[in-house]
Order: sequence, then C-alpha cells, then structure tokens
Amino acid sequence: MGSIVLLAGEVFRSLFTTRLHWDEFIKQLHFIGWKSQVIVLTTGASTGMVFCAQTFFQFHKMKMDNATLTVVGIAMITELGPVLAGLMVAGRVGAAIAAELGTMRVTEQIDALRTMATHPVDYLVVPRFLATVIAMPLLTVLTWAVGIAAAYVLGITVLGLEGAYGLRHLYFFVDVQDVMLGCIKAVFFGGIIGLIGCYRGLNCGEGAEGVGRATNQAVVQSCIAILVSNFFLTLFLRGLLYP
Amino acid sequence: MIEVDNISKSFGNNVVLREVSFRVAEGESLAIIGRSGTGKSVVLKHLVGLMMPDAGTVRVQGASLNEMNERELLTVRRQFGMLFQGAALFDSMNVFENIAFPLRRSGVTDEAEIEQRVMEMLRLVEMPGVESNLLSELSGGMRKRVGLARAIVHRPTIILYDEPTTGLDPVVSDSIDQLMRRVRDQFNITSIVITHDMRSARRIGQRIIYLREGQVYLDAPADEVFNSSDPVISRFVKGEADLKEEELL
Repeated sequence: MGSIVLLAGEVFRSLFTTRLHWDEFIKQLHFIGWKSQVIVLTTGASTGMVFCAQTFFQFHKMKMDNATLTVVGIAMITELGPVLAGLMVAGRVGAAIAAELGTMRVTEQIDALRTMATHPVDYLVVPRFLATVIAMPLLTVLTWAVGIAAAYVLGITVLGLEGAYGLRHLYFFVDVQDVMLGCIKAVFFGGIIGLIGCYRGLNCGEGAEGVGRATNQAVVQSCIAILVSNFFLTLFLRGLLYP
Repeated sequence: MIEVDNISKSFGNNVVLREVSFRVAEGESLAIIGRSGTGKSVVLKHLVGLMMPDAGTVRVQGASLNEMNERELLTVRRQFGMLFQGAALFDSMNVFENIAFPLRRSGVTDEAEIEQRVMEMLRLVEMPGVESNLLSELSGGMRKRVGLARAIVHRPTIILYDEPTTGLDPVVSDSIDQLMRRVRDQFNITSIVITHDMRSARRIGQRIIYLREGQVYLDAPADEVFNSSDPVISRFVKGEADLKEEELL
C-alpha cells in the first residue's frame, strides 16, 4: 500500500515536472478507452435491462410502476455505472497493463529504458495512468446512456411503462450532483486501475509465473479497491456535494 | 573512469558479491569472466546504477552513484550504452524505432538526422534494409546486432555488454565479437563485457577480471590470464570441470 502511494507521488511529480509522451498517451487512450467500449456497452445494457425488470416486478406489487425508470436512472448514474464500468475496465485494462509491464520487466526492457536515461514512471506509468483517468468517466457515461436506454426500451416495449412519464420523473429526480458523484467516482476508479496495474507490472516476480501472479494481483486488488472505496466515496461525496 | 570500491550485495540470505573492487580507465576494454552465478551480471548492473550495493561505492567520472536518486542517475546513464543478454529490444516497436529511441530521448528532434544515424548504425552492424522489420522477424543474432546498434547510436563513452554471445552459434558469436571490436576501435569507447565465452573474452578484453564466489579472484592483463598456471584459472580457461570442486559446490 505504501509503495503504491509512493508511486502515485512519483506520477504526480512527473505529471507536473516532465513533458508528457503524447504518442504513448494517445496509444494507451485508444487501447483503454476506445477498445473498452464493447465490454462496457454490453455490461451497461445487460445491467440496465435486468435492473429495470427486477425493479418493475417489485414496484408493480405496490402500484409504483412509473418510479421504475427513475430508480434505474439514479442507481445507474451514482452506483452501478461507475462501479460496473470500473470492474470491467479493471479486468480488461488492469490485467493488460500488469501483463505488458511485467513482461517488459522480466525481459529487461524496463532496465533497458533506464539505461537509455528514461524514467519508467515518465514513459510507461504516466501515459497509462492519465489514459485510465480520462477514459473511465467517458466509459461510465457510455454505461449510463446504454443502461438507461436499454431499461427505457424494455420498460416501454415489454413491461408497459409510460415512456414520457418515466423520462419526466427521471429528469425531475436526477440532480447535477448525482452526475458529478458518478463522474468523480469514475475518475477515482480510473486512477486506482492505472496505478495498481502499473505497480504490479513494474514489481512482478521472475518468469511466466511472476507475470501471471502480477496480472492476477492487479485485477483482484483493483476490484477490491474499487468496491471498498466506492462505499467511502459515496459517504464522503454525499456530504460534500449534497449540503 | 569507473571506480568500484568494496561493493557487497546480497539477495536475502544469498550473498552474491563480497567486497568487490576494481577500476576501469577511459578507453580501456575489460572482460569480467567467471562461472554462472558468481555475480558477473550483478556487477554490471551496479556500474550503471540499475542496482545499488548494500555496502561500498561505485563512482563514474568521480560521481558517486550511491548518493543519487533515480532521476539523478538518468543524467549519468547518458554516458552509457548497454547490450543486454536477451537484447531487451522493445517489442512494441520496429527495428528503426528501437534504434531511434535513445536519440529521441537524448533530445534529437530532426527526423532527417535521426534517419541518417539509424541507417549509419544499421550499416555498421551489417544489417542494412531491415529498419522496418518487426522484432518477431529477427533471429537471435540479428536481435543482438540491433541491440548493439541501439546501444551505440547516441555515441556513449562507456558500453556494457552482458553475455553478448550467449545462446548464439559459433559463427554468429564470432560476428558479434568482431562488431564489438570494431565499435571499440572505431569509437574509442570504454568497453566492459561480461562473458563466460573464453574466445570472446580473449578477443575483446585487454584486461580480465575473474570472479569467483562473489569475489575478485584475479585481475590481470589478458595474456597473463590465458597463460596462468593457477589451476582454478587454467581449468576455467580450458573449460575443464574439477569434479572435487563440483561436489563441494
């Protein structure tokens, strides 16, 4: 934990004192953001529809059918969107970052970088960290949009909900603070995924086993960190954003 | 000038280096030999600050590496080029980008100059026309040549070779030896080579250090080492096993 904090300190120092490697950053943004869309779209659509159906089945017993889309919307924006996108990106991107940097370490490519007067944090960690921090909120917004749209389509076409009524309630009950809460969480989760993936890769053990273990640790630790921090972030940001 | 004073290094309970000391003068060509696991590569990594000693000091041009942080070490490392055992080429880049990397990192921005110097290096290592090849298209010997081109393209004053001929057939090993000699003579670079290939050590090293059990067992001119009557040195040079010693180990 202490070592990850030190790495974070080195990343922030590098961000403000050295020139960004734009080519590496763009490459990572493409891999982390653009190429994660399929998994995030699938997760968002699936979660939106399942959550809509389950909420409708319970609310229908109490004649609260038209609250369904509002509940789905708020849940997607504040909790499900950032957390599920975070878990999916941790699985796809965190693992890839740890495996790539781990392989570079065991094949001495990171030592080679250092002998060529290049700090691994400047060249490898900062572009990946920045790319996850920027891509995560965008992917989260995509999760919201697809999740809510899928829930809306299901609600209107299958469950018989009033479309206009549902959207009006959604617009009325979702605040700017909810959107900010979701976005801030997504940025934070992006930082967690980038930092843990890079740390595990840079510090992986020897050989194929070391790379495998680093990859596994990156995914497991990122997921745990996302789930645990989500609870505390919710409490903290609620106090901050909703005075 | 590189000065190594009484460096010791352990990994857990495994003591790898014990009070190793030696000097390397500018323009000198030194070969460090010894059996596998005697700490040769660990010594080499200390010279460029990739590892720090538990005790003792390493100085490059009078500057103590021990007192530097990673960012300060980057400045010192600009004087070095290093050929790694497995070449350590960046597999996300093609040959051209690998060789151009140190140039770009040292602040060369003129693409025409970068291209001219990369091509010059490829001609030097006798690999013209492969600049756009991917690393997966190269053999082990070709990778070593590209690694050598990358190590010298920014014109370092010191070059380190970590077992440059290991895993290569005798003909390719010979061509790598010739390249190392050419680089040494053409650019007057200080060369330090880690090897257990005696033919390579004889060709490259003007001076030889024999490491044994983490200590400097012998530090002498190449001729003296290859004509030594010391049974330990003699057996290593001839590649003969001492069965009694093997049993003790």
